[in-house]
Amino acid sequence: MARGRESGSVVTAGIVLGVAVGVFGVSFGLVAVTSGLSPAKACAMSLLVFTGASQFAAVGVVAAGGSPAAALASALFLAARNGVYGLAMSPILSGRLPRRLVAAQLVIDESTALATAQPDRATQEKAFWAGGLGVFVFWNIGTLVGALGGRLIGDPRTWGLDAAFPAAFVALLVPHLRKVGGRDAALLGGVIALVLSPLLPAGIPIVLAALASAVGLRRGSAR
Amino acid sequence: MSWTTLLLLAAGAYVFKAAGLVLGRGWRPPTLVQGCLDLLPAALIAALIVVNTVVSDRRIVLDARLVGVLVAAVAAWRKAPFVVVVLLGAGVTALVRKGGILA
Repeated sequence: MARGRESGSVVTAGIVLGVAVGVFGVSFGLVAVTSGLSPAKACAMSLLVFTGASQFAAVGVVAAGGSPAAALASALFLAARNGVYGLAMSPILSGRLPRRLVAAQLVIDESTALATAQPDRATQEKAFWAGGLGVFVFWNIGTLVGALGGRLIGDPRTWGLDAAFPAAFVALLVPHLRKVGGRDAALLGGVIALVLSPLLPAGIPIVLAALASAVGLRRGSAR
Repeated sequence: MSWTTLLLLAAGAYVFKAAGLVLGRGWRPPTLVQGCLDLLPAALIAALIVVNTVVSDRRIVLDARLVGVLVAAVAAWRKAPFVVVVLLGAGVTALVRKGGILA
């Protein structure tokens, strides 16, 4: 296959994207281990679950003392949007079922974003694989580094690492805050979580806040 | 987190990814469902921030974390790189704690 300028730059973009997300992977490894997961579980999660926001959510609920069911529910809420990405990628990806089943593990924010930014179908498909594989490789390397490094640092509170996790989520929230709907959902979700936290077992307020805000705002808006 | 929970999460996450890709040719979710899916991440992320910043053992606790996260929020709003936001959040929290201003 001829390597045009466009497909070459798509591969480069995939690697750059992967490295950037890999740094994020280091913080995931750290956060996972400081909230009580073994390094093996942290790494298994990045390999098998492989969808960053869900992994952070699961670990966040566990860190807050939530039940496994609450951790699963929050993480799967966030994972549901990958189904929507899968729908968007479906016409772009060629090949038979086995190839699609492999591609499925790579259907995440970054690969979808990189693919949908390309001008034609062939480049889109290449961008999907470049972005997906780039992020997969560096996300897992990053997790390993963070998980093993986390053991060496002693009490994570000394380094303020208990705040690294909400800080990371603040960075992820900002793009949503620049949209009106996202701003309302974030505000409502935050307030509900704050009010319910002293009343209900850890983890449940997170799930209720997310569900109530999304459904409530959606039904309330006449868009 | 147990291995069972972890594997259930992996299976669930994979099913979502594969369902869209394998079964979903030409199908679009109903507008109402799509609208909820669009809003869910913002609400969930905000709830996670609140619970991990000002809640400890089912009590509202205002401590050094809040200062660190607020500084991180300003940096993020001004489009600072991801790593900078995370390091600021942790670093400021650690400094405030070390200074003995807040626990």
